[in-house]
Amino acid sequence: MEDGKIIVRHLNFFYGTYQALFDINLVLKERQITAFIGPSGCGKSTFLRVLNRMNDTIPGTRIEGQVLLDGEDIYAPGIDLVRLRQRVGMVFQRPNPFPQSVYENVAFGPRVMGLDGKLDLDELVERSLREVALWEELKDDLKRSALTLSGGQQQRLCVARALAVRPEVILMDEPCSALDPVATMGIEEVMRQLAREYTIVIVTHSMQQAARVSDCTGFFWLGELVEYSATRELLTNPQRKLTEDYVTGRSG
Amino acid sequence: MIGPRATFDRELHRLQDEVLVLGGMVEKAIIRSVEALKQRDQDAAREIIQRDQEINAKRFEIEDACLFLIASQQPLAEDLRLIAAVLEIITDLERMGDHAAGIAEINLMMEEEPLVKPLIDVPRMAHIGVEMLRASMEAFVRRDAETALRIANRDDEVDQLYNQVYNELLTVMFSNPRTISGATYLLWVAHNLERIADRATNICERVIFTVTGRMEEINVRQSPGESKTRALG
Repeated sequence: MEDGKIIVRHLNFFYGTYQALFDINLVLKERQITAFIGPSGCGKSTFLRVLNRMNDTIPGTRIEGQVLLDGEDIYAPGIDLVRLRQRVGMVFQRPNPFPQSVYENVAFGPRVMGLDGKLDLDELVERSLREVALWEELKDDLKRSALTLSGGQQQRLCVARALAVRPEVILMDEPCSALDPVATMGIEEVMRQLAREYTIVIVTHSMQQAARVSDCTGFFWLGELVEYSATRELLTNPQRKLTEDYVTGRSG
Repeated sequence: MIGPRATFDRELHRLQDEVLVLGGMVEKAIIRSVEALKQRDQDAAREIIQRDQEINAKRFEIEDACLFLIASQQPLAEDLRLIAAVLEIITDLERMGDHAAGIAEINLMMEEEPLVKPLIDVPRMAHIGVEMLRASMEAFVRRDAETALRIANRDDEVDQLYNQVYNELLTVMFSNPRTISGATYLLWVAHNLERIADRATNICERVIFTVTGRMEEINVRQSPGESKTRALG
């Protein structure tokens, strides 16, 4: 058995008749940050959403191949999607907190999962907010509306919301593209901390971000995974011409 | 069509041209320093020392351009390796310039003293050093790792000549103790030239790094000759 939190084998993905991903094979290692880069429309976000079956919500999509989470095929019949998305959480491009209090945002997931003891919830909210370095800032202000937070705080709150259901993998789709540089650094620091406990997959347009946060990087081009290796290697000495042209900004 | 990196490409070309300019200045300094020594021309020696300031200034100018390119363009892959290599190469060039100025200094220190022996191997060392420098600059522009490796291996020739000069000067000193001071000066000259060839080898290593991404030292061997040059720093 290959060593990996998520193993993808011969993955093809279709939007109706349009094939968006071609024969993707890769291993995502546990407690590592993996970044995917590539131009718009290359399939990297589609691939990210394959990993927790978010594409299922789009009619006409179809998949071939296997996606194994801890050795178990997440596309096998009878898979519990709620449980899958609890294990594989997601953070989106724009901060999208619920129009509720800070506390309720974080407590939402655990409540849906049936946790209702106030002490347990309090503990979970505190722990999740601590993990994203928001606790000290907001501990006396938990009833405040999440919508009054700054963009960077909102995005960290969204990460905390994802963490509250105790996931194993966190998918992040350009989590900093709506944030200013300082807030971006804040999220990146949080990511590095989280990588001690969680497996993180991030899609980013910033190669510098991939360089700063990720252990491994994959480069997608026209639906294919062109190159996948240690970030240091991929960004300083890529092996494929396509990768070289893309990371040096010369693929036009 | 204008490529997405047109400005950056233009800047990289300019950077490369500037490295060649610096290389040319250093080449002239080496040739002139040995020529001035041969002619015992102290005015020429003084001019070489003066001109070393220009070499130093050019080096800082290029370093500054590199830092600004890193900050503004966030280079990756070969672009990043190129700029990193340029930062190293200009340091080596500037040090080669210092060695040429060092030879000019020795020329001044010798005052009116005649040479203790005719210069034969010393100009040869300078000649090979300059050839290595010129070829390394060409390999740099052409991104030619194979040539770079071949040039670097010529360092052995310079080391051999250095050992030869060393032994000859020892013989001269033994046969006539009054030549000790004059012979020691020439030994320093030879040492400067030996270091120049080493620096050219470093440049070749950086060319290979730029092209292949491999960081490795060429000519790591431990012959008695080399340990002597090492000991002299």
